[in-house]
Amino acid sequence: MANAPLTADDNVIDYLAAHERKGLMRFITCGSVDDGKSTLIGRLLYDSKLLYDDQLAALESDTKKHGTQGEKIDFALLVDGLAAEREQGITIDVAYRFFSTEKRKFIVADTPGHEQYTRNMATGASTADLAIILIDARRGVLTQTRRHSYIASLLGIRHVVVAVNKMDLVGYSEKTFREIESAYRTFAEPLGFQSTAIMPLSALDGDNILTKSSHTPWYNGAALMPYLETVNLSAVDESQPLRMPVQWVNRPDLDFRGFAGTIASGTVRPGDEIVVLPSAKRSKVARIVTMDGDIQEAGADMAVTVTLEDEIDISRGDIICAGNAPAEQTDQFAAHLLWMAEEKLFPGRQYLLKTANRIVPATITELKHKVNVNTLEHMSGKTLELNEVGFCNFNLSQQIAFDPYTENRRTGSFILIDKRTNATVGAGMIDFSLRRAQNVHWQDLDINKTARANAKHQRPCVLWFTGLSGSGKSTVANLVEKRLHDLGRHTYTLDGDNVRHGLNKDLGFTDADRVENIRRVAESAKLMADAGLIVCVSFISPFQSERRMARELLEDGEFIEIYISTPLEVCEQRDVKGLYAKARRGEIKNFTGIDSAYEAPEHAEIDIDTSNVSAADAADAIVSHLQEKGYFKL
Amino acid sequence: MTEISDLVARAEKIADQAGLSLSTVSRKLLNDGKGLARLKSGGQCTLKTLETARTRLAELEQSYAAKDQPRPGAVTPKPDVLSARAMTHLDRLEAESIHIMREVAAEAEKPVMLYSVGKDSAVMLHLAMKAFYPSKPPFPLMHVDTTWKFKEMIAFRDETVKRLGLELIVHTNAEGVAQGINPFTHGSQIHTDVMKTQGLKQALDKYGFDAAFGGARRDEEKSRAKERIFSFRSREHRWDPKNQRPELWNIYNTKISQGESIRVFPLSNWTELDIWQYIYREAIPIVPLYYAAKRPVVKRDGVMIMVDDERMPLNNGEQPVMETVRFRTLGCYPLTGAVKSDAATLPDIISEMLTARNSEREGRVIDHDQSASMEKKKQEGYF
Repeated sequence: MANAPLTADDNVIDYLAAHERKGLMRFITCGSVDDGKSTLIGRLLYDSKLLYDDQLAALESDTKKHGTQGEKIDFALLVDGLAAEREQGITIDVAYRFFSTEKRKFIVADTPGHEQYTRNMATGASTADLAIILIDARRGVLTQTRRHSYIASLLGIRHVVVAVNKMDLVGYSEKTFREIESAYRTFAEPLGFQSTAIMPLSALDGDNILTKSSHTPWYNGAALMPYLETVNLSAVDESQPLRMPVQWVNRPDLDFRGFAGTIASGTVRPGDEIVVLPSAKRSKVARIVTMDGDIQEAGADMAVTVTLEDEIDISRGDIICAGNAPAEQTDQFAAHLLWMAEEKLFPGRQYLLKTANRIVPATITELKHKVNVNTLEHMSGKTLELNEVGFCNFNLSQQIAFDPYTENRRTGSFILIDKRTNATVGAGMIDFSLRRAQNVHWQDLDINKTARANAKHQRPCVLWFTGLSGSGKSTVANLVEKRLHDLGRHTYTLDGDNVRHGLNKDLGFTDADRVENIRRVAESAKLMADAGLIVCVSFISPFQSERRMARELLEDGEFIEIYISTPLEVCEQRDVKGLYAKARRGEIKNFTGIDSAYEAPEHAEIDIDTSNVSAADAADAIVSHLQEKGYFKL
Repeated sequence: MTEISDLVARAEKIADQAGLSLSTVSRKLLNDGKGLARLKSGGQCTLKTLETARTRLAELEQSYAAKDQPRPGAVTPKPDVLSARAMTHLDRLEAESIHIMREVAAEAEKPVMLYSVGKDSAVMLHLAMKAFYPSKPPFPLMHVDTTWKFKEMIAFRDETVKRLGLELIVHTNAEGVAQGINPFTHGSQIHTDVMKTQGLKQALDKYGFDAAFGGARRDEEKSRAKERIFSFRSREHRWDPKNQRPELWNIYNTKISQGESIRVFPLSNWTELDIWQYIYREAIPIVPLYYAAKRPVVKRDGVMIMVDDERMPLNNGEQPVMETVRFRTLGCYPLTGAVKSDAATLPDIISEMLTARNSEREGRVIDHDQSASMEKKKQEGYF
């Protein structure tokens, strides 16, 4: 699998020395199945002689089984990995391919091109230096071309190769090529790529892949492979300030305290002054430690361990910054977000946001607009579906240090994780802080109910569930709390189970004790509302006066009475805990509905009869009520 | 031309010449990454700000001009100083692997490194030593021993952990041993499933490891090409290729639920050639079986099998013959084909590989049946 076959005389040591000095380039290929993307990659592997005989043999046998190119070798089969994909004849995931020439090692992210695979393309693009965008010469610049170019630019790719493929099928027409070239340049201008090379190719026949093709004498540019080997990737901007997210603290013994991490930008040398965020503590770099001895300088992308001159407290999640140019810190920012999950985005729900080295809870407070990935138009919307891109405001529960994504891919990017499923649901690129961080002077605010409630982005209230034993109060209350929790709301439920066994365990079931029971529960609910919570209270609470007392303890609009009006017969029939039977047998005294009265509410905010409505529907109705009345926003 | 548009034009020019982004220049001039963009779209600034920006711009232009024209006799940067520009592909692969290992060490509750004694494991272990230096790697090594490994592998394994002062867990599927499972009577498939796949699951469950490093590379096999670096396994250790988490940038989602685990492949982006070049560059010790030597072999179905011990049953008329052979991959000796070779040094091996016409897995008996077989095995929990 040599790039140039080695003869016995070749000096392997020289070869190794030369090949050890190779650079690395990562690129992504974007295009639809029909554009011949997999064929192009297969061709690059084949032409750089990276296929082994047994792989070629397998390829030939596969071509007979699944091939779509008749007698010609179907290079696409080489890169379409998973069995299911082969059967469908489409690529559905990101596959990584490797080849190397004398000048560079290449890592290719092969991603599908259809709109429903935008997330896969973004995944490949996030680490790529360059994008090859395929265009079928017969079709020209299409919607998908725009989409691929936009995603590439959104993810920060600076260099683009537009491969106008299948030139053999348009008779290598210069006119066709020039038209496509000019259409692409016009459209891509606002995307701000640093370099754009447009090439006429035939991946199937190998035109302009390794060397210039005689079929396109009018083409003055380079062939693809030589171009990939020499294109000048934006040199690492060494003037960028140091950012080193601390991944792991290295403490083998009491005498050594090192901070391990991958440098996101800038350079670091012993003696450099640094500042650690978020603590803003300052120190100087003492050593850069490696297993092969200390080094005097380290730069971006290197995984290093540094020690400092002073003993300051640093842990995972901190960022070591250049002393004269610390990163911004914020807990509110605007970012572009690509949604990657089947389940749509819920603004207001709490997700986990993971940056280079830390995880913080975060909510999307506002979706300012969606971006149509095909036309780049801004559209309004309430939510993001799979593969949609939006521009959103974020609110974090703690400050993070960051740089805008356009300035630093490593410190400006994040992923969103669903708290329940642990799935990666979104990918974000930070644009700017919503606070002018430098101008904020922290004041000692009086922390009151409003302040606490604002921090939770909700209006506190007490949902008071009343009704007979077995009416379904607790079932509905539990469902309501679960839904609210899913929406990122802060809640608590008080019910017989958690109150009777603790706070009220000294109380029995006499009328007087029932009154005192409810008084204590109401006072507890009031404290919780004062803390900013949405409180579910689930008690039979049979007497109107006690319920009125609870209502009066709270502010106007905070008390929401929910009457679970399931009829006695139904409750008794259900008799989940066997209490009605016992009461009928006289084994329980003062049982509400049997030998103790239940005074139905006259003006309940919500009335639900669970013999007609399912508990799930009841919970939905209550949550919508809260939303409509503005207790929280979605 | 107004003063502001003149400033913007000069700033754009220097940004272009020096290869800086406009926002970087903007930050340098105005302490505000978006400042120039605002001025360009008609924004205003105070005279004082303009003056400061001009002064800084002049400095920037000067320093760029000075850099641009190399002075006669100027010293070129010393090649031994590691600067970011000088990172080679091996440096980048090394940095990526180290980043991955540290991420696991920081976030997993109970990680382990699966050590299979082969060349990929040797590289992975070397990277772990580097990643956590001067500490030892904060996790044990684990070897799932099928009892059919080459004797030299076991000796090398024990010598390595002793030399590096590491903890090693050796697990063997005791049920499999009790049932007398072996590759000769039961065939490669059952042997691999019971002793390797089941053995691995048992060991992970027994110790409750939630993250396990493996040395697999994406270039080994087609289904591996699409596997994530952080690959999730259900409670039953199953891999679901349809439901993999997207991996963007170098941010890895390591969140798992109780009972689930992650297989982590820090060598995902390495190729066989990278592995050998790195072994050569870093002088990493490897099992001598990789080097050519005279070894007793028998030929079966076109594959040369080394007679490593007396358990190997010989067919009628079969006689072990001494051949100069070596191994391109290592596993259970009855399942690992030797290749004829004179390559007795690392450069010889690399030279041989560069001219080889067959991929390394070709010598492995388990991959042969059908090309999608590895994907099936992985879904069942094989590494």
